[in-house]
Amino acid sequence: MDTVENLTVDVATSTQSQTRSSLWQLPWGSIVIIAAMVFVAVFAPLLTPHSPIEQSLPDRLLPPAWQEGGTPKYPLGTDLFGRDLLTRLFYGARVSLVVSAVTLLAGGGVGLIIGLLSGYVGGRLDGVLMRAVDATLAFPTILFALLLAVTMGQGLRTLVIAVSLILWARFARVVRGEVLAIKARDFIALARVRGCSHLRIMLVHILPNVLNTFMVLLTLHMGFVIIVEASLSFLGAGIPPPTPSWGQMVAEGRGRLASAWWVSTFPGVAITLVVLAFNLFGDWLRDRLDPKLRQL
Amino acid sequence: MQRYILHRFLQGVVLLFCVAIIVFALGRLTGNPVDLMLPEDATPEDREHLLRALGLDRPYYEQLYLFLAGAVRGDLGLSIRYRQPAVDLFFERLPNTLKLVPMAVGIAVLMSIPLGVLSAVYRGSIIDRLAGILAVLGIATPNFWLGIGLIYIFSVQLGLLPSARMGGPEHYILPAATLGTFAVAGMMRLVRSSMLDVMDSEFVKLARIKGLSELVVIWKHCLRNAMIPVLSLFGVFVALLVTGAIVTETVFAWPGIGRLTYEAVIFRDYPLLQAVILLDAVIVLAVNLVIDILYAYVDPRIRYA
Repeated sequence: MDTVENLTVDVATSTQSQTRSSLWQLPWGSIVIIAAMVFVAVFAPLLTPHSPIEQSLPDRLLPPAWQEGGTPKYPLGTDLFGRDLLTRLFYGARVSLVVSAVTLLAGGGVGLIIGLLSGYVGGRLDGVLMRAVDATLAFPTILFALLLAVTMGQGLRTLVIAVSLILWARFARVVRGEVLAIKARDFIALARVRGCSHLRIMLVHILPNVLNTFMVLLTLHMGFVIIVEASLSFLGAGIPPPTPSWGQMVAEGRGRLASAWWVSTFPGVAITLVVLAFNLFGDWLRDRLDPKLRQL
Repeated sequence: MQRYILHRFLQGVVLLFCVAIIVFALGRLTGNPVDLMLPEDATPEDREHLLRALGLDRPYYEQLYLFLAGAVRGDLGLSIRYRQPAVDLFFERLPNTLKLVPMAVGIAVLMSIPLGVLSAVYRGSIIDRLAGILAVLGIATPNFWLGIGLIYIFSVQLGLLPSARMGGPEHYILPAATLGTFAVAGMMRLVRSSMLDVMDSEFVKLARIKGLSELVVIWKHCLRNAMIPVLSLFGVFVALLVTGAIVTETVFAWPGIGRLTYEAVIFRDYPLLQAVILLDAVIVLAVNLVIDILYAYVDPRIRYA
């Protein structure tokens, strides 16, 4: 007997989605941008002959190809060290993707588990865990990451740990809310009556129904993580040079806005576009899967 | 009501305590904080000397006690770089940030409320669409890039506004705009959705049946009730502004606590960083407490929960 509620039932109960069942309502703009980012990140070495870290001082600060002094060899110009900007953008995409993916999986995963436990078990455990969530949410993200960067040293590992430690709390709180709502449903009581163990109920009955929310949270926070990473790199406490990171690239160009505007501009545009795409995609996903999350 | 206030206040104190412990622990996490403080060519004797001077050779619980005792008394250690008490440095710079943040908040509120209300009332119209785009872009654009972009347009190209440092009123415009944008985007959406919810409720229909003009209905009755969730988001935004200020102040070389934090980070001035984080937490918690009390005052449903 099927005791796991069909996921599509959840969708149909919201009035919004009754008029939007067609697949052609996809947010194509966002999807294209995200796909492009993943594509260039994965295939970066194949897409460009230049190296992102090798310096070439005679070629420093060349403008983009369409301006005076630019060459098609460096389509978006070069930076202070003569490195091709477009190449660095591609490799920077890798950094952003890797950091975001790892952080979201770690922080989100932990948040999911804790939210599940907290919501299902309830009682004292719930109280304690939610206090921890409140305390964590009270901490400003960038400040915390900066603190960790100073004490644990810069780099990928520190960054991932820092942001995961902030992220779990956000996930845990929302997941817990979902779990509480699902717990009240009849099919859970039915499962208990039939003798299912607590563990089984959590994994087989509650978890699949929480996955919708979890996926929405993942996409909604992708932009957040990318901006945090970029801000930290901009401040010099994120991914250390020479590894290209978009935030760091913006910082490099900062001193030369008047003479070499392209060094800061293109990375900034990249960040904005990508975050925009993820936010819009996340909004669409939320509207389709779980409109209750609207207030997020 | 008093019970609620007391409860929240105690919660705040506990949270502050936790923050202090976390900050304390982090410094000792990867070896001694002394290692963070000494220059590379320090001799072992120098290290020993500093250890004893800072009381770091004592057992952990004693250290924690000393740290907390000092904190309560207002002594949070000396900044390595400035050789001044960290607390003094903080309060020296705090007014500068306090001059900037309210302006940013003011801009945010002044822009987001009308835009939010109009978006809700003329839902689906061009105003709604444009405001929506502005909101979405505002959230996606990184703080620092917006600041740099504004500097480029208004300082470099147009030469209209100064690009850095404090000064006359024109120095405030760009940093406040940069800080405020993020808040505008988020708040506007919330005002809009909150208004939409309220506009459907029964008492609004009653107000209209009563014969009240649409203006009064919208601006007096709807808005008041719609503001309740916005108020709670306000607390979140103040915390965000404290953090956002780090980046904005760095971009505009604004001598506030954000910039102080940044300096503490790049110069690895751990005592200063520790102090700044603790004091930041105090501010954030205090503001949240005030907001929660206001919230309970405005919405009687909360008081009796």
